[in-house]
Amino acid sequence: MAKKRLLTAIVTGLALVMAVSAASAAGLSDGVLKVGVMTDMSGAYSDLCGPGSVVAAQMAIDDFGGKVLGKKIELVSVDHQNKPDIAANKAREWFDTEKVDVITDLPTSSAALAVMEVANQKNKITLISTGASTKITNDNCNATNVHWTYDTYALAVGTGKAVVANGGDTWFFITADYAFGHSLENDTAAVVKASGGKVVGDVKAPFPNTDFSSFLMQAQASGAKIIGLANAGADTINSIKQAKEFGITQNQTLAGLLIFITDINSLGLDTAQGMVLTTGFYWDRNDETRAWSKRFRERHKNMPTMGQAGVYSSLMHYFSAVEKAGTDDSAAVMAAMKSMPINDMFAKNGYIRDDGRMVHDMYLVQVKKPAESKGPWDYYKVLRTIPGDEAYMSLDSSTCKLVKK
Amino acid sequence: MMIQVFGVPIQALLGQLLIGLINGSFYAILSLGLAIIFGLLNIINFTHGAQYMLGAFAAWMSLTYLGVNYWVGLILAPLIVGAFGILMERLMLRRLYHLDHLYGLLLTFGLALVLEGVFRQLYGVSGLSYTIPDIFQGGVNLGFMFLPYYRAWVIVASLTVCFATWFVIERTKLGAYLRAATENPELLQAFGVNVPLMITLTFGYGVALAGFAGVLAAPIYQVTPVMGSNLIIVVFAVVVIGGMGSILGSIVTGIALGLIEGMTKVFYPEASGVVVFVIMALVLLLRPAGLFGREK
Repeated sequence: MAKKRLLTAIVTGLALVMAVSAASAAGLSDGVLKVGVMTDMSGAYSDLCGPGSVVAAQMAIDDFGGKVLGKKIELVSVDHQNKPDIAANKAREWFDTEKVDVITDLPTSSAALAVMEVANQKNKITLISTGASTKITNDNCNATNVHWTYDTYALAVGTGKAVVANGGDTWFFITADYAFGHSLENDTAAVVKASGGKVVGDVKAPFPNTDFSSFLMQAQASGAKIIGLANAGADTINSIKQAKEFGITQNQTLAGLLIFITDINSLGLDTAQGMVLTTGFYWDRNDETRAWSKRFRERHKNMPTMGQAGVYSSLMHYFSAVEKAGTDDSAAVMAAMKSMPINDMFAKNGYIRDDGRMVHDMYLVQVKKPAESKGPWDYYKVLRTIPGDEAYMSLDSSTCKLVKK
Repeated sequence: MMIQVFGVPIQALLGQLLIGLINGSFYAILSLGLAIIFGLLNIINFTHGAQYMLGAFAAWMSLTYLGVNYWVGLILAPLIVGAFGILMERLMLRRLYHLDHLYGLLLTFGLALVLEGVFRQLYGVSGLSYTIPDIFQGGVNLGFMFLPYYRAWVIVASLTVCFATWFVIERTKLGAYLRAATENPELLQAFGVNVPLMITLTFGYGVALAGFAGVLAAPIYQVTPVMGSNLIIVVFAVVVIGGMGSILGSIVTGIALGLIEGMTKVFYPEASGVVVFVIMALVLLLRPAGLFGREK
């Protein structure tokens, strides 16, 4: 009997040791890699990220084989309701009790800034896709964050420069009154001035807002050739719709500074035609983007926005980095992410800079006329590919503390 | 030399006043429905915003799936939404009349969330486009502003409906019954008037008004599941300022607040989202029953 008990004890002990060593060999601190998609599931931005971003994240996990370093990859998601306090609290809970390793998507700049701060304190990684403010890689930059898809500067450079070059040299801004809107207006105004244009005025509209007619009339009275819409989502849609209603688009041109393909889908080509905008991704660009987008659409009712494509791309790169580093330790993974170029359906030769900016090409596109469109979601003509180094703010003018000058 | 008021050209000011009047007529028609319902049923109807949304969706659906034009939609949608209201009153609200206001508020608020959630699940938040009917395409240049024909129609339609409703309630025999029912339902019933039926129909009418406003709004704003919740809080502030249950008060206050909000958008746009609530706080401090309300 004694012998049998001893044997049991030894076997048990061995099993324990093996379990522990298996975990440490895998390099994952808690035996599972947990991805958190924090997004707007039901509010103003839920069509352009939201459930679609969760689908994109799940696709990334599936395409990577569901496992990294022999351990399962799990997905959790939450609705942060575009509120920084809810976002920060949920992030803290995820890191402290649910062992989440990385948070992605993060629309609404104020919420994204709050979460990247919390993540940095806990030494966890954030991959911001839908959040837009340039503060993310400047004043508020940190070593555990990557800003993946676009930022307000890239949008401003793409659209602002092109519009001024086409003779649109006087601007009036209708700006959503919060961090993102201000950032978008400031960045665009700087580009307009640098390109030889002039800003004749602006109005800060409360966010969110439905009736823009009053603000549009102020823009009309300013006599500016271009009305810059420094807003997003439902606000942009209503501004464009009402500008057409008030006959403003007959004499003045709208420049949408942040427009997603889902916005165009909702407006219809009849209303949106002719608008020029900048995007980080368009599904109908080459065979690779078409193939991925087709798979995405099979799982989700819409074509992917740039934010959703960015969630997929950033997670694929993150998983590869975890595999390369052989651990989920944040510093090692960040180093691996920065050492590898990004080559997938989203970006070609993309790279991550010291300030956390993922630099990749952007696209200046024009919305097609209804007659030019061959079917659903055939919305854009690509006018120009903007090289990554031109699209994003140069490190010389960066205010990020991580950038050595 | 242009005449200026505080640095704003008078033309621009006139234009903004007109815009304020348009928004004010939306507030008026929505707050009127709420005031009728509160006056007669003592129910604080938080589903009103969702019912406004239902009106817009009913118009969009009947156009898209059935090919029904705007004018038919303008009649049909309020009827559908009104019928929904009647069902809601018969099946649910009726059980709450003898309880505190709070229960009705909770029920209607919950229903609003459910309705919004269902439509969000089905249609997403970006919304659907309802094109302006052909007859109202374009607009007229008034010299100080370009007035789209459709917006002019919105003012005419909503003011007509508002004042017709006011007239029926304050100046006709049917209206006298309604008012009597709010004061003393038992006594009126003793005279042989079917009070429960009257209450049901009145609730249906109040709800139909929300549906009507929804159809009016559909071509201007995107038809979205959240369009009502964006508006309902302002409309409640309007009702509080006007005096809960006051018919004329809700109409006049609705229009006045539209105008005040319009002015704020010119002089200090950042505050245009809160100005209504600042006024509400002031009114509650100085005249708790509202501008047109009576202390009970």
